[in-house]
Amino acid sequence: MEVMLSVLVGVLVAAAVYLMLARNVLRFLFGLILISNAANLTIFTSGRVTEAAPPLIPEGAEAPVGLVANALPQALVLTAIVIGFGLFAFALVLAFRAYDALGTLDSDEMRVAEPVEDTK
Amino acid sequence: MNSIILLAGTRLLVALLLVFSVFMLLRGHNTPGGGFIGGLIGATGFVVYAIACGTEQARQALRVPPENVAMVGLGIGLFAGVMAAFFGDAFFVGQWLFIGATETEKGLPLSSVLVFDIGVYLVVLGSILTLTFALEEGAD
Amino acid sequence: MAGHSEVADKGPWARPAGLLPPVLAAALFVLFLGMVPEIADEQVLRWAWDWVPSLGIAITFLVDGLSLTFALLITGIGSLVFLYSSKYLQGHPHFARFMLFIVMFMLSMLGLVLADNLLTLFVFWELTTITSYLLIGFDHSTAKGRRSALQALLLTGTGGLALLAGFILIGNVAGTFELSEIRAQGGVLIESALYLPILILVLAGTFTKSAQFPLHFWLPNAMAAPTPVSAYLHSATMVKAGVYLMARMHPNLGGTDVWLWVLTIAGAVTAVFASIMALKQTDLKQSLAYTTLMALGTLTLFLAADVGYAITAVMTFLVVHSLYKAALFLVVGIIDHSTGTRHVNELGGLARAMPITAVAAGVAALSMAGLPPFIGFIGKEIKYAGALAVGSEPAFVAAAVLVSNALMLAVAGIVSFSPFWRRKHLAEPLNPHEAPWQMLAGPIILAALGALFGIYPELLARSLVNPGVAAILGPDVTPAALKLWAGFNLPLVLSLVTFALGWLFYYYRRGLRTWLIGLGERLPVFDNGWDNVLDGLKALAAWQTRLVQGGLLRRYLFITFATFLVAVAGTIWLKAGPMPALEWPVLQVQHWVVIAIVVAGALLTLTTSSRIAAIAGLGAVGIGVALIFIIFGAPDVAITQLLVETLVVVLFAVAALKLPQLDPDGTKRHRPLDAALAVSIGIGVTVVMLMVTDGPIDRRLTDYFEVTSWPEAFGRNIVNVILVDFRALDTFGEIAVVAIAALSAFALLKGRKA
Repeated sequence: MEVMLSVLVGVLVAAAVYLMLARNVLRFLFGLILISNAANLTIFTSGRVTEAAPPLIPEGAEAPVGLVANALPQALVLTAIVIGFGLFAFALVLAFRAYDALGTLDSDEMRVAEPVEDTK
Repeated sequence: MNSIILLAGTRLLVALLLVFSVFMLLRGHNTPGGGFIGGLIGATGFVVYAIACGTEQARQALRVPPENVAMVGLGIGLFAGVMAAFFGDAFFVGQWLFIGATETEKGLPLSSVLVFDIGVYLVVLGSILTLTFALEEGAD
Repeated sequence: MAGHSEVADKGPWARPAGLLPPVLAAALFVLFLGMVPEIADEQVLRWAWDWVPSLGIAITFLVDGLSLTFALLITGIGSLVFLYSSKYLQGHPHFARFMLFIVMFMLSMLGLVLADNLLTLFVFWELTTITSYLLIGFDHSTAKGRRSALQALLLTGTGGLALLAGFILIGNVAGTFELSEIRAQGGVLIESALYLPILILVLAGTFTKSAQFPLHFWLPNAMAAPTPVSAYLHSATMVKAGVYLMARMHPNLGGTDVWLWVLTIAGAVTAVFASIMALKQTDLKQSLAYTTLMALGTLTLFLAADVGYAITAVMTFLVVHSLYKAALFLVVGIIDHSTGTRHVNELGGLARAMPITAVAAGVAALSMAGLPPFIGFIGKEIKYAGALAVGSEPAFVAAAVLVSNALMLAVAGIVSFSPFWRRKHLAEPLNPHEAPWQMLAGPIILAALGALFGIYPELLARSLVNPGVAAILGPDVTPAALKLWAGFNLPLVLSLVTFALGWLFYYYRRGLRTWLIGLGERLPVFDNGWDNVLDGLKALAAWQTRLVQGGLLRRYLFITFATFLVAVAGTIWLKAGPMPALEWPVLQVQHWVVIAIVVAGALLTLTTSSRIAAIAGLGAVGIGVALIFIIFGAPDVAITQLLVETLVVVLFAVAALKLPQLDPDGTKRHRPLDAALAVSIGIGVTVVMLMVTDGPIDRRLTDYFEVTSWPEAFGRNIVNVILVDFRALDTFGEIAVVAIAALSAFALLKGRKA
């Protein structure tokens, strides 16, 4: 199953990189969401995947019974999802503010910090 | 968004979502759930409310500014960690109190871990609402 | 800053604060003076503290004849210079700052000469570079001051880096950074295969610091500093640091042909070139600056050899030069302070108004000129004796010394005879006045010492010169005796020739100067070469910036991703084993559904020009990923993913729809290059993941969490237990990040109305 997920992550990363290289900041944000998803899947896959039971300990038992999924990457991914959301939301607000201030979403036209004449 | 159905359903839905979020928070230690999920569900409830009735209404329903909720949550989380120090343990070592415990039953478990999870719940809820409300108000 | 120190200067503490540095330096001088008897007995004092024990770095200090000589010069001349400065710069708005810098400089210099550990030595070496930068650039409101300071910093700093590399090599070869231990190992460095690189790197450091030709040009420029700084930098400190290090490394690196010839040639060229340049100058201070170069060249020249005479000459001349050079610089400072000019043609007849200064200057100059009965004479005699004893080319060395000594005599006349005793009809009348005692103390004491040591050379020989020679060459070598009258021998003949030649140079100085200035205009100037180097460096930086930092976000990202690709692909290429055999799993319906949802969602986002469609596509991907989490036993993660995905869509719907269309001009660009990069990175990530998942997995942590989750942490949901108990501190950090992101976004949005 890792093979399937690896290929899927590759597809997501490729799409994300292409979007992030676009001039429109919104497309960059789309790419950001995709690449967060891909990263989460990567962490998840690296813990090995099986169609096993969730990592829960049944009543009366001291440890999980039978085969259960790897709990460690799940914990990592769970926080990563929330953090990724925080990052995305902040980036969205930034883009929103940039549009408000500069009147464009085209990153090529956002030259306040590095004006064109500076580079000559 | 002035759908009457949405408006009517929202109040019920929001109440349900909030109760559900607390339920998810409390049961999280033994079954799927926990502070992150609970906080997200609670936030979703308020976001739906804000979409239906406007952020002004949602803010009133929340009563406290969401950024304060997040900060209080962070404080509670920190307190849960510091609590261990009162019992002579290292930072963030879980402290447990079993009310009505017997030989076979553990009774009602209360712990600093639960306190910490409540902190997580509040931070997630408050942060998301801070963002969403600000964005919606800013976009108007 | 400026206002602060002005207030400080006018405060009640101004006077005691001004006297503190000379008192401190004098106290240190007395302390070191107390060590003289022990050192004269050829003992060695050593102190050590561990600094970074794991790397074998210790702070160790060692006092032997060589370091004690330097320490006495540094603190002794230091106390006189500080005393002088307290009057010279009195009322200067940055007086306190100046005193701070120069005291820091003195302490760094002391650390440098006392350090026994190479790395400690290096730290102090760099400290002298930095503090001298601050001192040279003290007058930072002028472009010249800033340029000179930067030049000194860059040149000596570059040399310092080379030196560090050399020290690290030495540490590797010898297995220790302690100089005394390296020395105990004998010829370990010379026999090593790395000898030549070590020598080149160390000499690069010492030649820049001691301003050897052709890296000399920063030193005359450093005259931009206030005169007390020049007096201090040129006599006992800074430039002597290079000489000190060469002397210190002499037992470890010296004695080879390379050492002999490199030092001989560099020293001889520097000495002769500098004395000619000194004659050319019309500014008294510049003239003295070039004579410093000459002295450094001579010292280097003699350090090339390893016979007792030559090293005795080094130690003697070191002291001699420090005494008269500090005195003369201080005299020039007095002249400048008193008349407002340092130009040789604008000065004359000052002796009447400034008799004490005139006498002190005359005595110091006689020592510089090498006339008996001053120590300068003995220094010169011993130099000739040393030159005739060297193993390279005695005639060549002696000739170089002869020419530079003769020129030195002429310069001594120009600097201290002509301004005071020659009567001139000056275009502008001068109103000179005698300097206060604080400023006179330095020249008088230093000049008097020159005379004292000349009459009683044994005093100097027993206390400093002989232990110094022993420190460099070992106790077996007998140093040459210092005598005023050594009999009628070849050195004496050479001395007489020097007097005659020097007098000729002095007499015909104007003609020579005109001729030299004419000649100089036709020769390349190193100083301009320096400017060209700097301009080239700036142009390179600008070109490089244009190339990789064009200000376009997508280009930055492209470079970042391309670097990532190269790094990943390169690592796979170099390090990874063969590609694992691919086994495409048997897929069931739910797998196909997930794949279809994710791929379709990604493609939709990729291709559409509609914002709604793109957001829908993202939602599809998110739900597909959530389904994967459900299928593979991660309900907590799946719920979180679903909720977050919902919120992402809501936020996007709120914000993005208020933003313009994705392609406002209606055409969607196709970017084949970006596409190629994206596909390559996708493939690279897939390959890495396949290789990683093919290998074994370390389940120790997971196993630990599984068996302890219930018995120790009382939780049946292992994921949640990890989050809020086992790894609670991490989680705390993460929620803090989320809260901070929310607050910053809040500030961004709410701040715009204000």
